[in-house]
Amino acid sequence: MVLTRKKDRVDALASTSTEGMSLAASAFRRLRRSPVFLTGAVITALFVLIALFSPLLAPHDPATQIPELIKQTVRARNQFAPPQGSYLLGGDQLGRDLFSRLLVGSQQTLLVGVLATLIGLTGGLILGTLAGATAGWVDTTVMRFVDVLLSIPNLLLAVTISALFLQANQFTVIVAVAIVQIPVFARLLRGTMLAQRASDHVLAARALGVKRSGIVFRHMLPNSLGPVFVQATIVLATSIIDAAGLSFLGLGNPNDDSPEWGQMLSNAQQYITSGHADLAFWPACAIVVVALGFTLMGESARDALDPKNRR
Amino acid sequence: MVVVLFVLSILLFAWLRSLPGGPVSALLGDRATPAARAELTRTLGLDRPVFLQYFDFLGRAVRGDFGQSTAVQPGSSAMQILVQRFPATLELSVVAIILAILFGIPLGYIAARRRGGIWDNLSIGGSLLGVAVPVFFLAFLLKYLFAVKAGILPSAGRQDAIDATRITGFFILDGILTQEWDAAWNALEHLILPAVALATIPFAVIFRITRAAVLDVQQEDFVRTAESKGLRIPIIRRRHILRNAMLPVVTTIGIQIGQLLAGAVLTERVFAYPGVGDALATAFQRKDYPLLQLLIIAAALVYVVVNLIVDLSYAYIDPRIRNR
Repeated sequence: MVLTRKKDRVDALASTSTEGMSLAASAFRRLRRSPVFLTGAVITALFVLIALFSPLLAPHDPATQIPELIKQTVRARNQFAPPQGSYLLGGDQLGRDLFSRLLVGSQQTLLVGVLATLIGLTGGLILGTLAGATAGWVDTTVMRFVDVLLSIPNLLLAVTISALFLQANQFTVIVAVAIVQIPVFARLLRGTMLAQRASDHVLAARALGVKRSGIVFRHMLPNSLGPVFVQATIVLATSIIDAAGLSFLGLGNPNDDSPEWGQMLSNAQQYITSGHADLAFWPACAIVVVALGFTLMGESARDALDPKNRR
Repeated sequence: MVVVLFVLSILLFAWLRSLPGGPVSALLGDRATPAARAELTRTLGLDRPVFLQYFDFLGRAVRGDFGQSTAVQPGSSAMQILVQRFPATLELSVVAIILAILFGIPLGYIAARRRGGIWDNLSIGGSLLGVAVPVFFLAFLLKYLFAVKAGILPSAGRQDAIDATRITGFFILDGILTQEWDAAWNALEHLILPAVALATIPFAVIFRITRAAVLDVQQEDFVRTAESKGLRIPIIRRRHILRNAMLPVVTTIGIQIGQLLAGAVLTERVFAYPGVGDALATAFQRKDYPLLQLLIIAAALVYVVVNLIVDLSYAYIDPRIRNR
């Protein structure tokens, strides 16, 4: 016990030259023991597994209107097929199996979250690196642009972007939600890169005559990515919620053969106040649980990366 | 600040030009006659060089002329709609942000003082839920529970059709000014559900920032110094901990006020609350681009002004900034 602890300490000493790495390592050590992080990780893992295997898991086809369920559906009188037999949650407003739609819906939901985050991350990395690496007028220009994007409330910006497309579909939703995230990533990355710029190892690299591109991509960028990746985990959650908001405003994918939770929720919204909250309840629950999973992971990772919490 | 608005105007100009169908269709709608289209092309000067067009656009924007609303309220100018709807949203936002601050800061403070306790964990859980639940679903849920099922609160609108005198456009304030207490009360009742729904997001964020900031400040050396000097605990808490912790909180409140309109679009929609957010959602669905344009500029303007106020308030909270 004492020996291993000593070894840890020696390791920590040995790696003081690459401060970012040892910080990440110690953060990871703490994370493995954090119940909050583990809860988030388990939820996320389950979500991804379900999304991957949902076509096999779903008892029925999510797009087929099942005659048996249609018979029990009278939309004018707000009657929907109740849970029965192999239809665990009953039918939706069009007589399709709600449970299967929920399972398969995880796929599109995951797709929206991951693609939107990746696009936002890429855009943010480009702008943030540009601003953080150059300083001077390039930095000022990029950051003014970012400030403008930040000055429009995020959902409004997403709405404005979707206005540019003639016809809404899954792709336009993803693009609109993704662009909203670019300024957040860019700002974050620029901030951490500026801190790196002032640090000793960058000064040392510069003194050794390392080329500017080498300093930026080998020294500054890798050490600045931690907070950006943590933010990405949280953005996974917000992009799913934002996509649901877009759907609610009628800007979602109109084709619901391959369902997405936000779209299911907004299509079911009109039945909430007429006493059929369950149609909207299940997709809403799914969104909340998954968003919580991502957020828990991201938040605890952010805490762990904070040098103040280092022990 | 001026730079931000300038860049925004360029972006909006580019946006208007790249809308499907171009600016003429955007301004006139799809059903315009070719003659009307040709005339607007001439009056807008769309045959002139692009940079001149931009200055025209800028000139009109500075004079507040954003054109006529094409679909939401045909016949009135976009500016009229904004002026008419703005008090409703302002009233809603003010109540929502007050709710968020009234609950967020004290709860965040208490949670930080009893870190790791039941209170702390409960309120962290609550604030996480506040972020994870889609606002419009929460709004629907509130509407269903309190308006439809329990019937305690009204489900839609700003006020029942009662005879109330209008002075300022803020219905609650009007009721108080004219001493029509029932009108003020009625407006307040209509405000509760949308305001609570709208307040959840800023509440969650304010709560978490307050908690984190108080935790940070508690460990500062000057707190220990104050304690060892023998200052009374309440004074340390008020003057040293809370005041220093307020800086990041005020920043956050500013950002959240700027973001409120996004939430207002969703909540106003659910509660058919006749504010700017509702107009925005309708403007989008019916492709009323002149109105959309103005509302986006207005939202950005609010954000910029609020941030300026936040920067100025730093000097009040933190004397170190004032003396610099």
